[in-house]
Amino acid sequence: MDPFVKKGDWIQIEDVVLPAGKRAPQVPEDTQKCDLKMWVKGEALSDAEEGELVKIRTTTGRIEKGCPTAVNPGYIHDYGEFQPELLKIEHQLKQILFGGES
Amino acid sequence: MAKDMSYEAVNARKNDIMRDAMRLDYDDFEYEGIGFDYERMMEETGYSMEEMQKIQADNGVGNTPLLEMRNLTALARKYAPEGKGARIFIKDEACNASGSFKARRAAISVHHAKRLGYKGVISATSGNYGAAVAAQAAMNGLKCIVVQECYDDEKKGQPEILEKQRICEAYGAEVVQLTVGPELFTTFLGLLEETGYFNASLYTPFGIAGVETLGYELVMQCRERLGREPDVVVCTNAGGGNLTGTARGIQKAGAKNVEIVGASIDLKGLHMASDHDFNRKSCTTGHTGFAIPFITWPDRSDCPRNAARTLRYMDRYVTVKQGEVFYITQALAILEGYERGPAGNTSLTAAFALAQEMDRDQVIIVQETEYTGAGKHTMPQLTFAKQNGIKVSFGNPDEEVPGETLIFPEEPSMIRAREYDLAKAKRSYIHNCVKNYKMKNAAEEDIRYIMEEIREEREFVACELKKYGVKVD
Repeated sequence: MDPFVKKGDWIQIEDVVLPAGKRAPQVPEDTQKCDLKMWVKGEALSDAEEGELVKIRTTTGRIEKGCPTAVNPGYIHDYGEFQPELLKIEHQLKQILFGGES
Repeated sequence: MAKDMSYEAVNARKNDIMRDAMRLDYDDFEYEGIGFDYERMMEETGYSMEEMQKIQADNGVGNTPLLEMRNLTALARKYAPEGKGARIFIKDEACNASGSFKARRAAISVHHAKRLGYKGVISATSGNYGAAVAAQAAMNGLKCIVVQECYDDEKKGQPEILEKQRICEAYGAEVVQLTVGPELFTTFLGLLEETGYFNASLYTPFGIAGVETLGYELVMQCRERLGREPDVVVCTNAGGGNLTGTARGIQKAGAKNVEIVGASIDLKGLHMASDHDFNRKSCTTGHTGFAIPFITWPDRSDCPRNAARTLRYMDRYVTVKQGEVFYITQALAILEGYERGPAGNTSLTAAFALAQEMDRDQVIIVQETEYTGAGKHTMPQLTFAKQNGIKVSFGNPDEEVPGETLIFPEEPSMIRAREYDLAKAKRSYIHNCVKNYKMKNAAEEDIRYIMEEIREEREFVACELKKYGVKVD
């Protein structure tokens, strides 16, 4: 079976910068309980499975190390769901300014 | 031997890292006591107006249109007393390369980095500045790293910030993403040390000076087009650079009677370093969570002295609500045909209310817009708010509770610019001086410095210092 990551794949890795309990003192209580995590993208320098440490070369040429989270990571943000409140505002504004003749 | 990259060790090397990453010796400008020579720093490290205009013009930045918002003005006049309702204009900064006024800062920073021979630039920002630095670095052939506070512990990210990641990568930058927390600064320092790149901070003298062209331009455009100077200029305020640079540019254009108003979204009650609160705000910038700490203590930034110093320039400070900003963002699209913002429309929201206090022949200028796109738009941001349990409704915006509700005004007359007591901010600034410098005595030079910083009389400063037991000569 093919590995999760093949050498040369464009991947995203995750690494823990500071573990929970070692966070900066000024950080509030809820954040203290969380690791400070980091994600970086780059080209995998070796094959790797999920949960296995792998090195990558980033677009600026730096070497980073972490566990792979995605191969060919894309973008998931979009225009969201239609928000009827905005339509209500639209109708209201047109009514006020143009008397409903829009 | 490999360097110790622990949090403590990297922070301990902060001053050396910073000096190497800017080749700017901030110590040169320090006074004996708590102050530093701000004006000399800006003069000696900045560029002339002509140089900056040339650099920006060569890089797709500046000369953005000044647009009259006729329908928004007409709408404001419906709620204004007889004879009131100033003409509202907007400076369409979305027309800059990369889509925001931040390009003005980035153009100068990146130019400076290149001139000094750096191979790359690094910036710590989750906002438009990342896109600006990435685009300018691309134009100038430099490498670029953007460090973002992006996700909560469950790797849920604000749609607006996810879009900033995408656009930075679109311009060829490396984006380093982190979960919530101020330790981002340590990662940033570590990267500066590792790469030897330039610190393209938002708060360097070059960055702030880059915004001066914006203030200068709008005065010139106003004179040319209307035969007069603006009466009020409203700046969305977060870290303070927008307002500081614009006000300095207005002064350099020789306009003396322009009231500079800062406007921020009221996010009272949300903790900026809280993992829980992170995704419960519906605007990721232009809000009080950044603005109040930076107004009352500018030297908390990613360089030793912050060139953005709001209290030196701000005549008035107002806050607006998230629901109001979203309402005005929709109004800008529906009534004027410009899809911009939303966060950049904070100042427009304030201007809509402020115009109603001003005479009809007066001019109020909103000095920025920003690009809109997937994620960075009212629809995905409202979708995200609802997914995070925020109740969205129509009603009285005064009842909005950040992190719990988002209230659209029932009608536009309910949009308000709420006065923030500047004297309170100034007192808080003095308190921070006492606390951060452990002041026991205040020399004449310290007092003079504070007077310049907050534009107050000696009496105000001395009286406040004495409250904290500081001995005043």
